[in-house]
Amino acid sequence: MRLYTRRRIANYTVVGLSLAAMAFGLTFLVFVLGTLLVNGVGALNVTLFTQATPPPGSAGGLMNAIFGSLAMTVIATLIGTPTGILAGTFLAEYAHNSRLGEFVRFINDILLSAPSIIIGLFVYAVLVVPMGHFSAWAGAVALAIIMIPVVVRTTEDMLTLVPNALREAAAALGAPKWKIVITVIYRSAVQGMLTGVLLAVARISGETAPLLFTALNNQFTSTDLNAPMANLPVVIFQFAMSPYADWQALAWAGALLITAAILVLNVGARLFASWSGLER
Amino acid sequence: MSVPVADPMRPPASAQPQRQTQTQAAPSNAFQVKCEIRDVGFYYGKFHALKNVSLPLYDRRVTAFIGPSGCGKSTLLRILNRIYELYPGQTATGEVLVDGENILSPGLDLNLVRSKIGMVFQKPTPFPMSIHDNIAFGIKLYERLPKSELDDRVESALRRAALWNEVKDKLRQSGLGLSGGQQQRLCIARAIAVRPEILLLDEPASALDPISTQRIEELIAELKPDYCIAIVTHNMQQAARCSDHTAFMYLGELIEFDETERIFTRPREKRTEDYITGRFG
Repeated sequence: MRLYTRRRIANYTVVGLSLAAMAFGLTFLVFVLGTLLVNGVGALNVTLFTQATPPPGSAGGLMNAIFGSLAMTVIATLIGTPTGILAGTFLAEYAHNSRLGEFVRFINDILLSAPSIIIGLFVYAVLVVPMGHFSAWAGAVALAIIMIPVVVRTTEDMLTLVPNALREAAAALGAPKWKIVITVIYRSAVQGMLTGVLLAVARISGETAPLLFTALNNQFTSTDLNAPMANLPVVIFQFAMSPYADWQALAWAGALLITAAILVLNVGARLFASWSGLER
Repeated sequence: MSVPVADPMRPPASAQPQRQTQTQAAPSNAFQVKCEIRDVGFYYGKFHALKNVSLPLYDRRVTAFIGPSGCGKSTLLRILNRIYELYPGQTATGEVLVDGENILSPGLDLNLVRSKIGMVFQKPTPFPMSIHDNIAFGIKLYERLPKSELDDRVESALRRAALWNEVKDKLRQSGLGLSGGQQQRLCIARAIAVRPEILLLDEPASALDPISTQRIEELIAELKPDYCIAIVTHNMQQAARCSDHTAFMYLGELIEFDETERIFTRPREKRTEDYITGRFG
């Protein structure tokens, strides 16, 4: 009976601590979102999407930064997704127990936890310096390098979750390995893999440090990928640090936009995962 | 209690692979050896899992493999279509002659070998695609058919697997939505759709309820006239019901191979008798 009482007390204590931890985390999330809403909503208007970033003291929007962020994120995703999925497939299907696989996995884990500013510096050294100028290409490459290890990891994890019984069943029909991977294994893992890609996109769309050294910023609307390009994170960084009230308001609006976009991506990823799960 | 009697006319199969001419007065004489397993051994890494197994599999007959867990019966089945090669560190020795050709020889096109030797596993393994595409998957690997012909092949495979009436209105729905028994029949349909010559069934009914099990057993009887079937089972009644020959394995060795009726009524080996009477296993 005493043992039972002790267990009940332990149970309540642990549940209480868990709840407290959850409340602690949620408080700050709600706090952050609340501050963003309070300060950002007032700065939201149509000109955000129609005008470029203004000089201090005049009206303007964030059109160039929104476009730049979209362009660089899309290019980075186009580079990062196929590369990451192929590398993840190699790790899960072809190099599961090999030395090379272990080595690649180890390197990928290091890359996964590398500070993003280091990646910015790296791309600065290998792309920006030889080219002689900042460019949107360099920005996209830096974002892609951040994206790849995330996609590699989620792809490998998702493929490893597919039971071997499916591989055996497909092989027993005489299917070659590449065909098994593409038609059977990918299909089993597609929702997890896509969720991973969406989460990686959400991750890079908020990165500031790698863009500071690569795409830099541009006051004007530019579609030239060989030139510096404005982007939301760097604009937020510069405008928020400025002494001008109208720039600060734009920074709040930009922060709200980026947060909303990431939220939509994340929720979209989960919805996608559960929606395709329902089909089963 | 029947005492195993040594019969000079019928040497134990474990000692010497049976030639058709050696077994006199046995009904199996009318059937050809489809697959001759000769002196096959198997290693999981260093572990010697199978030792010197030799026996024939007859065409248009069902051969059952029985024995306690870990005796190597599933391992033997996995050698017959070289599915073990998916995993590094697993090696087989000896010869498996299918129509006289050693399928263990390294020069053979592995995928072609597997396409001729179908396999159904313990747990149903429908692919995450529609019922139609599950069946069409294997067909399309080696044949390029016009759509109408492909649909006919899918239908006939489903009919043979006694599944057509249950799924004909939902061929475009996911194969994962079927019940366990239906999924297993889908897998059998998928295996026979590629028109294999040998069918390997690795405990095909052990994850199913009694009614589904009965349907699978009926299915085996219906498929027997066209295939050489090998079935691994834990269920001795099942082996007795649906097989013509039975091989009893123990600790990686083939202890006894004979006609099913004989194995279950007058086994030669003490260990066989102990196992089928439930004294161990």
